[in-house]
Amino acid sequence: MSQPTLDKGTFMEKRTWSRFSKFERTARFLFYFVTVAAIVVSLQTIEIIPEFLIDAPEQIGDMLNRMWPPDVSYYPSTIHEAMLETIHIATLGTLLAIIMAIPIGVMVAENVTQNKALNWFARLLLVSSRSINSLVWALLFVAILGPGPLAGAFAIAFRSIGFIGKLFGEALEESAPGPIEALRTTGAPWFSIMTMGYWPQVVPTFWSIVLFRWDINLRESAVLGLVGAGGIGVALNTALELFYWDRVSMVLLSMLVVVAVVEVLVTQIRKRII
Amino acid sequence: MTTNSPIATPRKYVRKRNWLATFSYLVLAAYLIYVLSLFDVNLERLIIGIGRGGDFIGRMMPPNFERYALLIEGMLESIQIAIIATTAGVLLSLPVGFLAARNLMPTWVTWIARALIVGCRSFHPVIVAILFVKAVGFGALAGTLALIVASIGFIAKLFAEAIEEISLKQIEAVRATGAPFFSVIAFGVLPQVMGRFIGFISYQLDSNLRNSTMVGLVGAGGIGGTLFAAFQRFDYDFVSAILIAIIAVIMFAEGINNVMRKLYR
Repeated sequence: MSQPTLDKGTFMEKRTWSRFSKFERTARFLFYFVTVAAIVVSLQTIEIIPEFLIDAPEQIGDMLNRMWPPDVSYYPSTIHEAMLETIHIATLGTLLAIIMAIPIGVMVAENVTQNKALNWFARLLLVSSRSINSLVWALLFVAILGPGPLAGAFAIAFRSIGFIGKLFGEALEESAPGPIEALRTTGAPWFSIMTMGYWPQVVPTFWSIVLFRWDINLRESAVLGLVGAGGIGVALNTALELFYWDRVSMVLLSMLVVVAVVEVLVTQIRKRII
Repeated sequence: MTTNSPIATPRKYVRKRNWLATFSYLVLAAYLIYVLSLFDVNLERLIIGIGRGGDFIGRMMPPNFERYALLIEGMLESIQIAIIATTAGVLLSLPVGFLAARNLMPTWVTWIARALIVGCRSFHPVIVAILFVKAVGFGALAGTLALIVASIGFIAKLFAEAIEEISLKQIEAVRATGAPFFSVIAFGVLPQVMGRFIGFISYQLDSNLRNSTMVGLVGAGGIGGTLFAAFQRFDYDFVSAILIAIIAVIMFAEGINNVMRKLYR
């Protein structure tokens, strides 16, 4: 009955369990500290006039009061046309973005383009497209092309390249290597590998990315008019500057309806293609 | 002799045409041409545009950092707006998110909370900022309030969805001990969603930072006002300096975000 003796020295050594290492704990503490400090400093230094803050509920109430009831007659006279223009801006912008984003997406995918320099170049293009807000793109294109919906469409397009290109590139990188290899062994040229090997694998993802961006673009193109790039924003700006609050609320209401309709539409299309 | 084995017959691969897809592509192409003509796009105009674009970029170079004091002041205000709006937005979206979770709350409560969330999400932050500028006057307060609204719309929605995905067993276990409602939330629900919640916060901070550089365009404080003023005075070299500063700050924030995600994985 001799049991194997346990060497107590190595087994029962006093160990305490802790979830994080010392480094992690310090880093977390530092992080909390910096967060709290940033909030406190921001609250203390930001220029907020207390009278404005106290006055805010009353002012908002006054604004809502002026907004009601919405001026329905503004819809046929101005909003309808401006809204169509907004939809055109968003759609044209998305289409232009697709045309430019596909080659960049192909370039950024490391399994398709096996060239580090090209990958980095494409990534740089995508990051700069995403880092600049669509309003800033709109300012740039208004300066270049003159005010109007075309500047808005280009702004939307250049802002969307980063989004579509990045997600498209990621979808390409995730595609299965099997079919590609099979095609390659048959000696298929590069273009056939792209259209027969990669494209069928990513096409549902691709259209769902595009739909998602189109949805975002509709909301974004609504504000471009503030800097003169056409669309419903122009109607909104005019109403705001003339203090026609009932027209403002009518514009906001129509935007709400369009956004809701588009949301339903996008969900339906997405169900079909995926 | 008479067997006609299927292997022997020569087969030809016929690629089936997806007529719906072909039709959709044709419609999209036709639409593209229609809108391009509607917007009066022609080659001449594009060539002029490209020329002007080159001219424009020429005037932006080199970036002019001479008025760095103005730049830093605006940038700090943008960062302050983003931090305060994220903090307040997170604090407010916690209760809203709970109320919108369909597995914890009665239906009528979730409907009210969901309507609030949809209301917060449906307008672009800049439009909300315009309304707040008219309501509370020019300055950082309007921008902060606008971004708080945007944060509630985003975080509360994702938070509610995260809560709906939790396992109910742990809640049942906590309830079985006779714990009151708030203890159920604190010990049954929160530990399950905290990790994802931090991810949402970091994403929203990033998004608020981007937007806080923009709300200034409508007078709601931050670097956007400086940018817009520079544009209107045709100080394109200062514009490029501001743009570079914005991109640098956003990239720096993205770096911090990555570190934070590693810490809380």
